[in-house]
Amino acid sequence: MNRRTLLKRTLAVSAVGVAASAGLLTPGQVLAAYPKGAFEAKDTAGALSGAVGSSSFEDSGDIKIKAPDIAENGSVVPVTISTGMAAESITILADSNNSPLVGSFNLQGAEPFVSTRIKMGKTGNVLAVVKSGGKLYANKKEVKVTIGGCGG
Amino acid sequence: MRKFVFAVSAALVVGLTTPIIVSATTPQEDLKAFRNYYYEKFPDVPKEDYINGIYSLNKDFREQWENQEEFPPYEEFIEKGEEMFNTPFANGKTYADCLPKGGIGTRAMYPHFDKESGTLKTLEEEINKCRKANGEKPLKYNKGPIANLTAYIAYTSRGEKFDTEIPNDERALALYEKGKKHWYMKRGQLNLSCADCHMYNSGMFARSDQLSPALGHLTHFPVYRLKWQGLGTPHRRFGGCNKQVRAAAYKPQSEEYKALEYFLTYMSKGLEANGPALRK
Amino acid sequence: MAKSIKIRAKAKNGIVTVKALMNHPMETGLRKDKKTGKLIPAHHIQEVMAKSGDTTVMDAVWGGAISKNPYLSFKYKGAKGDDLTLSWVDNKGNSDAVTAKVK
Repeated sequence: MNRRTLLKRTLAVSAVGVAASAGLLTPGQVLAAYPKGAFEAKDTAGALSGAVGSSSFEDSGDIKIKAPDIAENGSVVPVTISTGMAAESITILADSNNSPLVGSFNLQGAEPFVSTRIKMGKTGNVLAVVKSGGKLYANKKEVKVTIGGCGG
Repeated sequence: MRKFVFAVSAALVVGLTTPIIVSATTPQEDLKAFRNYYYEKFPDVPKEDYINGIYSLNKDFREQWENQEEFPPYEEFIEKGEEMFNTPFANGKTYADCLPKGGIGTRAMYPHFDKESGTLKTLEEEINKCRKANGEKPLKYNKGPIANLTAYIAYTSRGEKFDTEIPNDERALALYEKGKKHWYMKRGQLNLSCADCHMYNSGMFARSDQLSPALGHLTHFPVYRLKWQGLGTPHRRFGGCNKQVRAAAYKPQSEEYKALEYFLTYMSKGLEANGPALRK
Repeated sequence: MAKSIKIRAKAKNGIVTVKALMNHPMETGLRKDKKTGKLIPAHHIQEVMAKSGDTTVMDAVWGGAISKNPYLSFKYKGAKGDDLTLSWVDNKGNSDAVTAKVK
């Protein structure tokens, strides 16, 4: 990877982006839909019911979770979810967090692929729940989160 | 006549107190042995990849690191450093006026031995000398604005190779030996030397941290550490290392740390400058 | 808040891959201020929306467990030259949006 060019490109694009940015979204428009209860739920069942309407799912190996075996830093755990299913939504949970729900992505025409970085308080599973044809499918992957030996 | 006696006795004193410098190995021999140690220990690591620290050894960590490099968190500090670099001092002069070669692309020149003064020159110290010479207050050495400046200078130096020399000058050799001694000497309540972790146990885990090889350790500074959530200079990192083995840290830009930086940079001779970099 | 989103969108074989970084503290509300010992109030992005032209292609709801300065990558069917707009709203009602041309 050539980071020198990568960096230059990023700087250039963000400058264009700033010029074009405008208030296209007003808070009132979207806040109403925010499932606050689901994000406050202390268990995965409660979190899922609130976020996607149900907590019963089928395990599926067709959901791929790319996440590290050992997190370099629990506050920045890269997670990528993809699936071959026609997905309506992808929901990410961290089952060992106080409040397991991390985020839910509504794929309105987007491909069944989401990549982000999440916080994990301790070792646990990243749970990916995919809604396809109105049904829920899930897969999980364990990520170890340990305090570093070098004060990390 | 009196002068002559003086000269003779001075020569005698030097002769008596310097045998320590005449070590069993030359810096050139040390460098060869140091590199070979890692080449043999990690035969699968491409030699030029040691600049990437632990990510040269661990694929799982490397993927997490590369993911973050998509939008490097040190980017904004390079921008701040560039702005500082290009903003004239109150007297109208700039860093480019007093740093060698205008400062740009010069990270790999440091540290180096200065024949005239018989001392080591580090980038951070040269920046502060430049400020003082132009009537500005010196910057603090560990982090903050000085690291932003060195981040910008390092960024303009990416790809330049370190070609550190240990000239055949008693003073330079003494500084080299001082740094080498710091590297191999056990210290602190944990009784660990730098070499214990980053040489003999490199690749091993200390809890969830894997110990990085020291080859390439100085190529990527200043470094953005997730732990710091910000940039730090090499001497900030040295201080952290000393404290982690429960030893007292030396002051940044102390002769001790400058010597260690000199030794370690020499051990990375021939590798590319790749700072600023992201580390755990 | 105008400089909070960095975005790259690239088309290949009819699929646009978007990579974006949003500057935001993403406070969970559970963290304590080291100096005062008091809880730092929750302050995080709640909704993210992506539009290709005027059509929404993805929208998401987030909690405080998305990392500080959130990174997001997703893919959708599109082409070079299209406009892509990414916007967010946080729990304090702050918002930002950016439009980029797909490359």
